Amino acid sequence: MTTAPHRLDPADARNAAREVRKRRLQAFLFVVPLLIFIVFAFVAPITTMLFRSVHNPTVANLVPDTLAALDDWSGETTPDETVLIQFASDMKRMANDRTSGQLADEINRALPGMSSVVKSTARSLRRVEDTEIAANGASLLLEANDRWADPATWHALRSAGQVYSSSYYLTSVDLERKADGSIAQRDTQIYVKLYIKTLRMALIITVLTIVLGYPLAFFMAQASDGLANFLMVFVLLPFWTSLLVRTTAWIALLQTNGVVNSTLMAIGVIDQPLELLYTEFSTIIAMTHILLPFMVLPLYAVMRGIDQSFMRAAISMGSRPLGAWYRIFLPMSLPGLSAGALLVFIISVGYYITPALVGGTDGQMISNIIAFHMQQSNNWELAAALGSLLLVLILLLYWLFDRLVGADNIKLG
Amino acid sequence: MKRFPEYYSFWHYSGHYALRVVAFLVLVFLMLPILVIMPLSFNSEPFFTFTEGMLSLDPDAYSLRWYQEILDDQKWQLAIRNSFAVGIAAALIATTLGTLAAVGLSSPWMPYKRLITALLLSPMIVPLIIIAAGMFFFYTRFNLVGTFTGLIIAHAALGVPFVIITVTATLSGFDRSLFSAGLSLGAQPVKVFWDIVIPLIRPGVIAGGLFAFVTSFDEVVLVLFLAGPEQRTIPRQMFSGLREQINPTILAVATLLVVLSATLLFTLEALRRRSARLSGSA
Repeated sequence: MTTAPHRLDPADARNAAREVRKRRLQAFLFVVPLLIFIVFAFVAPITTMLFRSVHNPTVANLVPDTLAALDDWSGETTPDETVLIQFASDMKRMANDRTSGQLADEINRALPGMSSVVKSTARSLRRVEDTEIAANGASLLLEANDRWADPATWHALRSAGQVYSSSYYLTSVDLERKADGSIAQRDTQIYVKLYIKTLRMALIITVLTIVLGYPLAFFMAQASDGLANFLMVFVLLPFWTSLLVRTTAWIALLQTNGVVNSTLMAIGVIDQPLELLYTEFSTIIAMTHILLPFMVLPLYAVMRGIDQSFMRAAISMGSRPLGAWYRIFLPMSLPGLSAGALLVFIISVGYYITPALVGGTDGQMISNIIAFHMQQSNNWELAAALGSLLLVLILLLYWLFDRLVGADNIKLG
Repeated sequence: MKRFPEYYSFWHYSGHYALRVVAFLVLVFLMLPILVIMPLSFNSEPFFTFTEGMLSLDPDAYSLRWYQEILDDQKWQLAIRNSFAVGIAAALIATTLGTLAAVGLSSPWMPYKRLITALLLSPMIVPLIIIAAGMFFFYTRFNLVGTFTGLIIAHAALGVPFVIITVTATLSGFDRSLFSAGLSLGAQPVKVFWDIVIPLIRPGVIAGGLFAFVTSFDEVVLVLFLAGPEQRTIPRQMFSGLREQINPTILAVATLLVVLSATLLFTLEALRRRSARLSGSA
């Protein structure tokens, strides 16, 4: 028996299509309020940071007329008098607005040592009459400081005056643009080393959480339901405890007169207290402690689902326990292991609080230098560039996580 | 004595016990730091370490003075009030918007589901320092830096992923035909949502809200960048305490926080069981 090919009535097709559109819209409308909120509260700030890493209008806003006058400058000699006079009058205005410090910071980044030059020049021009500057601005400027005769100074001003610039990215990978436009390594290598150190520390922490977390999860997975649930409390309680509390605990344990040192001295292992706190060691051990539950929880979830009879069968047929584990259990527990490892690695790469509190100088990670440029050196553009590179790194890792594990498989508790 | 299968060799036994020992040591490593701070918070001396009197269990070596300090200190009082106020407000925003969105996201008709889910979960993945820097740049334009509004918005954004995850998980056990049944009997979608969907997914919603609250309650990086002195929270107060003058008041606060997190943990466990029972899988 054959049936006639089914023909869809065009009206039905239109109705069906309309119904599908309606349902898609209905589902989407539920998401819209949150989407708007997240775009404002989260996506826009991140975008602003990315933009900020190439956009710095500070100098361009401070001395627009000087920069315009510099357009015709050949770049090989001291700029001509009109430029110098214009700059002298800008300096006087900034000295009285108290904005000359901003200019000093910005030029100093392009040419170290310029900060004091700008500040002293501003001081000496502050009380000079406008008419005097219009007449003798150029010579007053050169008298205030002879660095204003050096073309390198003006190159620095011109490059600081660029509104859009890749120089922060160059700095964040320890490169700089020379006066002739070529790109070369900086004399002091800071940030690449710090990125490598951050990755190395994150890797050590990940390996430590595997070494500690795998046996625990393995044991819990084989335990009875009651025992496993009971032991789970000891994994979840630290997980739920404020990370500041856990960091505080490590300070109490590791400080010079702390619990660890007093115990070791009491039992006679050491005579002098060890310097444990404010080192890379203390950062790594505290972070391992804090991140261990992130390893145990996914591992346990996967291991609990592995049928125990596979291992029993292998052992009963004469396999050694380690051999059976390596050939059967390990491959089956890999999804949990990769989920835990990537999670711990991603979180530790961007960690800030624990290194800031227990890291001292040699336990600092990339996040800490970003915070330093945000709060202390006020080089926000460099902080944004360093942050953007970190963000790219994290997104790559997250993409890997999604490919290997699936982002919607994240479970809590 | 546990009985082992007959084919077990010496290596099987020793492996079995070695695993027990290692697992026990790891649990000690997990718990010990948290347990150590509790007795230290009753130190009568202003130190972060066990005094001789404490070790010999001399009652005079123990005191409640650091707890009294919390009650007497205006800064801690303000921090405690701020932490609860910001945490509750942020959790309410995150839970309301997040629950609605989770309902949409678990519909089979949802367009661009993968992309939107990834976007909504991203506050959980991006390092806090990057979020803090970005929010500082962006919120400055709206004068939100140094205000409660700014801090609450920021913390709500951080809590959203947790609400989405828990509510979506609860909804995966939710029979969607109940929704259709409600609609076919003539109820408005909003009414169906409120009268049928919400009561069934309530445990997941409450759990998500608790996660969002804890996220805010424990958060300090955004507070460091976005809050003024008026918005200091408990973790912020602990952070400056640890940097400036370390004294056992911080340990007393830490002990109270451990008690609080234990309470939350057991509440969540109860909710999880209730949710499992409601969806019929337990």
